[in-house]
Amino acid sequence: MNDSRIASPAATKDASQQRAFLRGSVYSYARVLDPPAGFEESAPYYLALIRLDDGQLVTAQLTDVERTVAIGDSVEMVTRKLTTDGQRGVIVYGYKFRPVIK
Amino acid sequence: MCVSIVGAGMIPVREHWSSSLAELAVEAGELALRDAALSQVDAIYIGNAYGAAFSRQTQLGSLVAAQLGMPGAEAFTCEAGDASGGVALRAAYLAVASGAVRSALALGVEKATDIVGSARLAARNVSLDADFETVNGATLTAMAGLLMRRYMHEYGLDLSHFEGFSVNAHRNGARNSCAMYRNPLRAGAYMRAPMIADPVNLFDGAPDGDGAAAVIVAGSEAAADRWFNPVRIRGSAVSTDSLSLQDRVDPLSLSAVNLSTEKCLAQADLSRENLSALELHDAYTIVTALSLEAMGYSQRGRGWEWSRDGGARIANAGELPLSTFGGLKSRGNAGGASGLYQAVEAYRQLMGRAGDNQITGARHALIQSIGGLGATVATHVLSRTVE
Repeated sequence: MNDSRIASPAATKDASQQRAFLRGSVYSYARVLDPPAGFEESAPYYLALIRLDDGQLVTAQLTDVERTVAIGDSVEMVTRKLTTDGQRGVIVYGYKFRPVIK
Repeated sequence: MCVSIVGAGMIPVREHWSSSLAELAVEAGELALRDAALSQVDAIYIGNAYGAAFSRQTQLGSLVAAQLGMPGAEAFTCEAGDASGGVALRAAYLAVASGAVRSALALGVEKATDIVGSARLAARNVSLDADFETVNGATLTAMAGLLMRRYMHEYGLDLSHFEGFSVNAHRNGARNSCAMYRNPLRAGAYMRAPMIADPVNLFDGAPDGDGAAAVIVAGSEAAADRWFNPVRIRGSAVSTDSLSLQDRVDPLSLSAVNLSTEKCLAQADLSRENLSALELHDAYTIVTALSLEAMGYSQRGRGWEWSRDGGARIANAGELPLSTFGGLKSRGNAGGASGLYQAVEAYRQLMGRAGDNQITGARHALIQSIGGLGATVATHVLSRTVE
């Protein structure tokens, strides 16, 4: 496994880090108006590249965005529903990033 | 062994609802064979990216070889996302250069329009990183939007700075009977187009289409005896970068574009100044701008400048003709066939058979096919052999 890849906050062995939100800033974002199958309910949504505080880039949706988004905004990782595997299928959970509330 | 292209054929990029995937492939294959006055080749290398996802069909080699009247021939698919056509040409080049086969058909085919809307986008997503991009709702267009937004941010640009790339593509595609969208872009149309993945809009990204294109490749010595004025494949290179943008140290630097261009030009013993025309992977204008930077045509942050004044400098009569038949943007992006459309178009330029799209004095042409956003990059330099 490539160590430079991020798995999830829970994958870290450092217990103190498990409790803290992973934080970073918006490196770039796009507002998706033409979503792939499985993501229609969420559209339009912001897909972003987040630069984590340790330098790693992560691809994720932004959530809980109340006004506008800008490059450089501080964000933190939260658990959210990503998609549903059909009407009776499993709900796929994953990570999204939300603006840090000051 | 030196390798040449001795025949080429392509069908219009369209919504070919009345033809099957195999029928499209056979049509282009037969055009190329007829162009080379051949009925057989030793091997067939098929460029196809989404046969499994769009058409529920794999083993295109077997399917197409039999229908082309070559049962038993060596034939298989080469896949690298939207660079599939480029890597199929690379496979044909390697096979002939090694002496393992005497002649080969590099044939790109895609049938994109049998599924539509969000289902097609999800199917196309097989070429992204499943675990880190697709799962989070990414599309190739959204990923291109991420690059474009960052680029605009770093260099203080807006959409208008990219318009000339699309204007140029449509200006050239309007004269190409094989182009999917032959409408010139009227002033202001690009800026008013609806957003797909803001900042990427409908007239910024290339449209998906059905299509097939093919070239016949043979050893240059044999080609010189048998065909008039064959076109040499003077350079051939494939390079890769991380599949996902998040694993790149600098997402705005397309390192595989740089690597494969450098390798290809070194093999061809040519420099950028020798090239008469470029067919780049203009699936999004940001990819064109970043490619021109990675190739050394512009300094970092200045690739967009080639789009100034409606792309006057990249017009067919300009200093650096780009997308001479309309590129992916106007001719259409036929997935795994796109790299071979580029090959057919460059071949016609060098043979003086480009019709209304002919540029003057074409001697060397560079074609570049990209999978993902620079994850796989196949580059070839084609050269005219006689004055």
